[in-house]
Amino acid sequence: MNLYSRRVFVNRMGIALSMVAMAFGLAALMWILWTLFYNGFSALSWDFFTQDTPAPGTEGGGLRNAIVGSLMIIGVTTLVSTPIGILAGIYLAEFGATSKFAATTRFVTDIMLSAPSIVIGLFVYALMVATLGGFSGWAGSVALSLIAIPVVVRTTENMLLLVPSALREAAFAVGAPRWQVSLKITLRAVKAGVVTGILLAIARVTGETAPLLFTALNNQFFSADMSQPMGNLPVVIFQFAMSPYDNWVSLAWGGALLIALLVLSINIGARILFRSKDKL
Amino acid sequence: MSEVASTNVVDVHAAKIKVFKLQDGIFHQITLLFAFIVLAALAGILISLAIEAAPVFKQFGASFLWTNVWNVPEDQYGALAAIYGTVVTSIIALLIAVPVSFGIALFLTETCPTWLRRPLGTAIELLAGVPSIIYGIWGLFVFAPLFSAHIQPYLQAAFGDVPVIGGWFAGPPIGVGILTAGIVLSLMVIPFVASVMRDVFETVPPQLKESAYGVGCTTWEVVTSIVLPYTRVGVIGGIMLGLGRALGETMAVTFVIGNANRIVGSLFAPGTSIASTLANEFGEADPGLHIASLFALGLVLFIITFIVLAISQWLIKRGVAKQGK
Repeated sequence: MNLYSRRVFVNRMGIALSMVAMAFGLAALMWILWTLFYNGFSALSWDFFTQDTPAPGTEGGGLRNAIVGSLMIIGVTTLVSTPIGILAGIYLAEFGATSKFAATTRFVTDIMLSAPSIVIGLFVYALMVATLGGFSGWAGSVALSLIAIPVVVRTTENMLLLVPSALREAAFAVGAPRWQVSLKITLRAVKAGVVTGILLAIARVTGETAPLLFTALNNQFFSADMSQPMGNLPVVIFQFAMSPYDNWVSLAWGGALLIALLVLSINIGARILFRSKDKL
Repeated sequence: MSEVASTNVVDVHAAKIKVFKLQDGIFHQITLLFAFIVLAALAGILISLAIEAAPVFKQFGASFLWTNVWNVPEDQYGALAAIYGTVVTSIIALLIAVPVSFGIALFLTETCPTWLRRPLGTAIELLAGVPSIIYGIWGLFVFAPLFSAHIQPYLQAAFGDVPVIGGWFAGPPIGVGILTAGIVLSLMVIPFVASVMRDVFETVPPQLKESAYGVGCTTWEVVTSIVLPYTRVGVIGGIMLGLGRALGETMAVTFVIGNANRIVGSLFAPGTSIASTLANEFGEADPGLHIASLFALGLVLFIITFIVLAISQWLIKRGVAKQGK
């Protein structure tokens, strides 16, 4: 084989392997989604949404308490993490261009984005569960907020940095104070991007299981009291999937499908929202 | 009306500017406070874990880190088995994920038709958004049975008699174990590593690549001799990000690692990782040394991932910062 044909051969092999890698990635996605739909859809029924999680050994049952619990915990998480995340993001973008403190915060937020979520569960356990006397929905929300806030902070900051400085300067030139420029001009200009960040944060925490294990715990019964242990989808899926009961395993698949659909649709929705604004 | 008319216009403006200045000061302080909360959270995590874990280090000293014992009834604890499982599963995950991610990034930036780039890139990013518990349940019910029935026997037949390596594939092919956890973990980290690699590949100035193509390089040569050397720092940062993710992953591992707190040479054997030990035992842990040991495990995990992620952020930033040059 001469040099030329060897180079062509190596090139073709490299390209072919890269295509195999791409196909491997897509096949994994397809495979996981397919088994999820296949096993999950059979579990979805009217009872799935209207009945509470069954006791060990009993037939039937649904995930009503877990669905409501998850929605409440995530709702509170959104309410807590949105203002904190946006204000911290504004600080980093508007006041933190040069300060050491802002650089440190930015660095820490980036690390928190990938920090092990189970450790955050441990932290909130030590902070709230051990001291305030027991597992609660509130503790679950705090743990999830600690995961959601870095997502909101970083997207808010990145979006605000995209605002052309001419826009800021124009507002300053007509005498607007800084807080009005931040809240009424720049933040409004990147509204879609900030909402995208919040949606991505919600998508991120929706499937988080580890931080809820020792904070919200779980509750077999329906409860809307955030100060008590609360049923929630991820922990129910974890417990039911590992169980020996067929109906529990089936409910776990249904719950997993529900979460996956929710997360994927929020992700896709956020992309569409951001892209439609992108073109303007 | 009369008061306004009688007041000097300049005074009105001066008063207004004073109010604005005050408001601005308050606004600045409020946003600073919230940024501080974010920073304080991290410090809080470290401090609270250290406080809760203190009894363990008082009792066992630093040898907690390299002692291979986990005996709840006799209150003897050591982290070695969990650290071993965490590190080995992460290494397996990276061995699979890095070449695959490189292939995906190469395909997306060099050979993929333009109209396909966006949908395929989005698909990979969606894979990153799938919650880890989904990977876990899929690994337990779909992948592990398939793996034990069709792949493990072949691996045993192929490598079982080879010296050194053979021991890795010893033992009954039961599906769940260290190797399975590593493979499921690799699927989880591929999207993260591939996205970072794609992003840094795109920072290579087109002139550089075009010059290489111009003198007759093949695509493969351009990627290996131009793109990779240029983006080396960012690529390593992406790999470290994947490592950080893999080390701390809980659910995907807990389902398939088998949860046996011991070290066995075989990759087919069940093991445990720091995160899966926490997930399994923390809820029912006895107060005292048991729970403190779990906190100590958490502290170890947090410090390891913090270092890995800090290096990764530093490298990725250096890699992307090249864009302007």
